[in-house]
Amino acid sequence: MEHSDTAEPNRRDFLYLATGAVGAVGVGALAWPFIHQMNPDASALALASIEVDVSAIDVGQSITVTWRGKPVFIRHRTDKEIEEANNVPLSDLPDPIARNANLDANAEATDLNRSAEGKEPWLVMVGICTHLGCVPLGQKGDFGGWFCPCHGSHYDTAGRIRRGPAPENMLVPPFAFVDDETIRIG
Amino acid sequence: MAGHTKYVPQSAPAKWLEARLPVISLIRGSFVDFPTPKNLNYWWTFGGIAFFVLVVQIVTGIVLVMHYTPHVDMAFASVEHIMRDVNYGWLIRYLHANGASMFFIAVYIHIFRGMYYGSYKAPREISWILGVIIFLLMMATAFMGYVLPWGQMSLWGATVITNLFSAIPVVGEGIVTWLWGGFSVGNPTLNRFFSLHYLLPFVIVGVVLLHIWAFHTTGNNNPVGVDPKSDKDTIPFHPYYTMKDLLAIVVFMIFFSWFVFYLPNYMGHADNYIEGNPLVTPAHIVPEWYFLPFYAILRAVPDKLGGVVLMFGAIAVLFFLPWLDTSKVRSATFRPLFKIFFWLFGIYCVALGYLGAMPAEGIYVILSRIFTTLYFLHFLVVLPLLGFIEKPDKVPESINDAVLADHGKPSAA
Repeated sequence: MEHSDTAEPNRRDFLYLATGAVGAVGVGALAWPFIHQMNPDASALALASIEVDVSAIDVGQSITVTWRGKPVFIRHRTDKEIEEANNVPLSDLPDPIARNANLDANAEATDLNRSAEGKEPWLVMVGICTHLGCVPLGQKGDFGGWFCPCHGSHYDTAGRIRRGPAPENMLVPPFAFVDDETIRIG
Repeated sequence: MAGHTKYVPQSAPAKWLEARLPVISLIRGSFVDFPTPKNLNYWWTFGGIAFFVLVVQIVTGIVLVMHYTPHVDMAFASVEHIMRDVNYGWLIRYLHANGASMFFIAVYIHIFRGMYYGSYKAPREISWILGVIIFLLMMATAFMGYVLPWGQMSLWGATVITNLFSAIPVVGEGIVTWLWGGFSVGNPTLNRFFSLHYLLPFVIVGVVLLHIWAFHTTGNNNPVGVDPKSDKDTIPFHPYYTMKDLLAIVVFMIFFSWFVFYLPNYMGHADNYIEGNPLVTPAHIVPEWYFLPFYAILRAVPDKLGGVVLMFGAIAVLFFLPWLDTSKVRSATFRPLFKIFFWLFGIYCVALGYLGAMPAEGIYVILSRIFTTLYFLHFLVVLPLLGFIEKPDKVPESINDAVLADHGKPSAA
């Protein structure tokens, strides 16, 4: 590239810069569609909410449903499980945050904050280990909750991480009881 | 390269072509007349073997695509269709599936050969770095290829590996969603992996050509580690090394065939013959054997981000190897201390590979931590220090001298 020896920028310098800048903006603008096409498409986003009939789930039973391609555990917990979860001091929890999408982002991980609003026996959470995404096995592990077979994370009866490599409690998705027998997730 | 040949076109068509595209002299200079050290041993054949397997993978892969369906509902069935219905489909698929392992076997031997004989040292740093890039591309290609049959290990391996990126602070979750094209590993993921799995082998071919270009510019390293000084030190590539490489490839094909015909699933996992189920994780997720040492490093660290950083670090450290090794002497033959540490390093890698296949609990975790530490100590402490404290043996004056010392006086020949 030629350059002038004059100290003052001249017309040619301006043209080089202007051409380069327009080119860079053009490349950037064209790059975005090629990057963004890989993000979830409209059909994936359309599956954002589901309704589940939970009338048949007795105390001590759970079901797994699919929401956005992910397993969601819905568990009707026993009194013993609730009591165990309530007996854990918050200082014992590796992740003291509720991770409940229905609550404030830094709500404490008490059993009440983890369970359904006004219905403490009901626990609804995305059944994906927060370590590397495996599906934990129910009613297994050292804390009577869930155990991830991949890398050995133990969760308690409120789905809170207690031991192992997972950094967070299992996520409680946005959900609500539409009526006494139906939950809407998403 | 072209400069290594004295070729002058004789026939009229050859003259016509050479004046327009000097491709004959390029090939003659690179693979016929190319002056090659005369003392290369059989460890040097693994580069050629690796390239042969790469060609096998591309040819069998192109054929498999003619019968495979990249959709989550049909992928698993289409692979069984290849195995049962397609003429010789079983053969082509077993060649491709075992070929991946063969490629890694050849390349791992090739890498360790480079480490033993100091092939990464000046002036061959660029060849080495391109080699590490090829290794990374191979890992990405192999990983995405393993997802395509959509068995349980495909789905859950893909889930675990893509989730590694979620360890990145702030943007991690967004990157993972972007990689998936959804909220879990699903059809969009399978489709893009298929597309990239078809693309990357050709990228590997391109980088392999650069890799060859680089070490043809500097000349090959050799077991003595002394650069050729006269015509006495070299022989033309053809017929000497074309024949030596060909023999090695034929022997390797016997080894390859033994797996394809007698143990076709030995290096796979039974779980991958169960169709992928997003609601059930297999009890014991293990990657393919060639990823196990890195998987062991990942699991050795109790912290999610720390484990991911260390795993990628175990590969990234290879890029810096030419500058971490401070010794001026290339070949381990003349480095008494390095030779010991080289074999110890080999043991660390095998031990990590074994630990990666074991459950992440108890003694296995402790051993993984010990060997992970030793792995990094080798690169970051042992190699830099050895150059200062080691007293190398006397290095021969030339390749010719070394060969004559090994095989008696020229009169005895």
